[in-house]
Amino acid sequence: MKSTNTQTKKYGMVIDLDKCTGCGACMVACMAENNVPFKENESNKQDSITWLRVYKMDNGKPYPENDICYLPRPCMHCEGHAGHSPCVSVCPATATDYSTETGIVSQIYTRCFGCRYCMAACPYHVRYFNWWDPVWPEGMEKMLSPNVSVRTRGVVEKCSFCFHRYQLAMEKAHYEGREEIEEEEYQTACCQACPADAITFGDLYNPKHKVFELKQTPGAFRLLERLGTNPKVFYLTSRDWVRKQGDNYLKNEGQVIAKGGH
Amino acid sequence: MFPFSFEWIWDMSHMVFHGGLWYALTIIGLGMTFCIIKSVVDTMQGKGAHHDEEHH
Amino acid sequence: MDSALIPKGVKRAPLWQFTLFIGIVGIVLLWGVYAMVLCWLKGLNQTNMNDAYGFALWIWADLAVIALGGGAFFSGFLKYIIGKDELKNIINYAVLIGFICYSSALLILAIDIGQPLRGWFIFWHANVHSMLTEVAFCLSCYFAVLTIEYIPLILENRQIDKVPFFHNLGHNMHHVMAVFAATGAFLSFFHQGSLGGVTGVLFGRPFGFREGVLIWPTTFFLFTWSAAAVGPCFTLLVTKITEKVTGKKLVKDNVVELLAKISGWMLATYIIAKIIDTWYWAAVTAPESGFSMMDFYTNNPVYGIWILVLEIVIGGVVPALILITDAGRKNKTALITATVLAVIGICVNRWVMVLQVLAVPVLPFESWFMYFPSWQEIATTILPVAYGIILIGLSHRYLPIFPQERELNPIEES
Repeated sequence: MKSTNTQTKKYGMVIDLDKCTGCGACMVACMAENNVPFKENESNKQDSITWLRVYKMDNGKPYPENDICYLPRPCMHCEGHAGHSPCVSVCPATATDYSTETGIVSQIYTRCFGCRYCMAACPYHVRYFNWWDPVWPEGMEKMLSPNVSVRTRGVVEKCSFCFHRYQLAMEKAHYEGREEIEEEEYQTACCQACPADAITFGDLYNPKHKVFELKQTPGAFRLLERLGTNPKVFYLTSRDWVRKQGDNYLKNEGQVIAKGGH
Repeated sequence: MFPFSFEWIWDMSHMVFHGGLWYALTIIGLGMTFCIIKSVVDTMQGKGAHHDEEHH
Repeated sequence: MDSALIPKGVKRAPLWQFTLFIGIVGIVLLWGVYAMVLCWLKGLNQTNMNDAYGFALWIWADLAVIALGGGAFFSGFLKYIIGKDELKNIINYAVLIGFICYSSALLILAIDIGQPLRGWFIFWHANVHSMLTEVAFCLSCYFAVLTIEYIPLILENRQIDKVPFFHNLGHNMHHVMAVFAATGAFLSFFHQGSLGGVTGVLFGRPFGFREGVLIWPTTFFLFTWSAAAVGPCFTLLVTKITEKVTGKKLVKDNVVELLAKISGWMLATYIIAKIIDTWYWAAVTAPESGFSMMDFYTNNPVYGIWILVLEIVIGGVVPALILITDAGRKNKTALITATVLAVIGICVNRWVMVLQVLAVPVLPFESWFMYFPSWQEIATTILPVAYGIILIGLSHRYLPIFPQERELNPIEES
């Protein structure tokens, strides 16, 4: 359906890896905000759901040169080539979509029948399958967010850039007679929860938004750019080894620094 | 699958894909319909009633 | 009653022996059914799949059985379109094997999806850009064609054939079979290819991604080609196993050798194309993503370069060389060895194109993902094998599957 009251946006994130302390507040905020289910025993990370996962990277050097970095990884909301993101085009039941209005890759839980082709397609492992039905500790079901649907067993889910917040902000704006929303009206839960202010969220197209400038920081990079996924999450760091771990390079290739912005 | 599904678009991809699909389904459907109708007619005409068991 | 159902002029095992055989295989079948019910009732947590391995043993089994079942469409194509009439003596069996393979594939897919009751969404809400959509449609349509090809065989049962309508129906279906076979070949060329495309289009997965023509990656063509090459090999292999089990010659050598020769040349040309494709991928496609070929074959406990050698040389070049030579085809041991190797080669190809694709770490700070299936996955994968053996047993006993059987095995009474 064609929208008449909005201009094209491209929501994205810039994450400063030099600021991230790996505290995990973003992960917790994300899970609470989006009714992400969890298991009684979460020791096997391969089948537990973390829309936003903080990876620990290591430069592989012995002490005292050893250095680590924490890398928060939400869904990259890849644009690919003209909206041809890796996961969207493969979904056989049109259960995931790339919005040209917001640049957000959505997941329609009631349409997904659990073939998991999108999971195979995503190189970032941002897509999670509900291997179990969600079970909430007694009383916790009352704390679930009414704005986000709870998923059932057998479907795939992933980070939505807190899309319900966008919808609420747009509704409010519409009610107040505005056509557009301000930057602070739509912020993701992880971004707001970060105590180190490492995550910045906004419209990558909009010069008034902080991410517009930040993504053009020299040395800003995106994960696995060489694959052509064209992700919308940018990372900042002053450390070369971190930047180099953002992509794959052949042995004979020199240090390649991905350019920020496009 | 059908033009009334909301995700249906009248673009080249849909026309080629569903064109091929409905072409194949039509052949299969018409082929079987022909076989069944002809068999009913043949049976009513008494064919196959006293045939050699092993003959085809 | 049993003897009244057995085709005239052929000898079958005593009923008790047959019942015992079906009973033993039936136990394995029930084990698989139990695992299948567990998966449906309790969900896919019964498997060892995980978020790194969204596709695993089942998808491999799917791809493998569809490739091996390719004997049906390619034999049909050769007989009805190209006009290799001798193949009429083996085509019934190729159809039966194809029917088993495709019904198994559909069953496995029905277990594999997280929400089986929503399985129809793939048709109703079809995304025409997805290779899996094309697979689902063509697979279902071609399964319908295989059913149509199998029905006349059932109608040829001695008792069913006595009913005039069924006799006429079987007769009329035989008459228009070329049309169905042509439609089946058309559908098969696409769905075999689409299965190759499933991995080939994944530009986020450098191990599987291939460039190609228009929307089709090279794997699209390689999968169709390899299924056409190895499908007939599998038909020949199962025929030889059936001959061994029944202790009878069922198909004449000239028919076997003709199919083996065609299969051999298909395999030889396929493997040349596969080698070129692998070379281009290793030299151009993968390095563009920052991977050297050996990145895909080192630093893990399983996937070494041996798997590439097994697939291409042992499972491709060797059987192709055996099958394209007259001496190779005439030597029974060499012929069977070649079919076994070709089947192994294609199964390894399908394995790496599903599981190794997911095992390879793409993010540099991740490591290889390893996986071993749960007993439920293994049981549900063996289930179609047991089902196939039972259906072959029943079909062989009660239907005239092999037209040359009576001639090759004359019995005194007839």
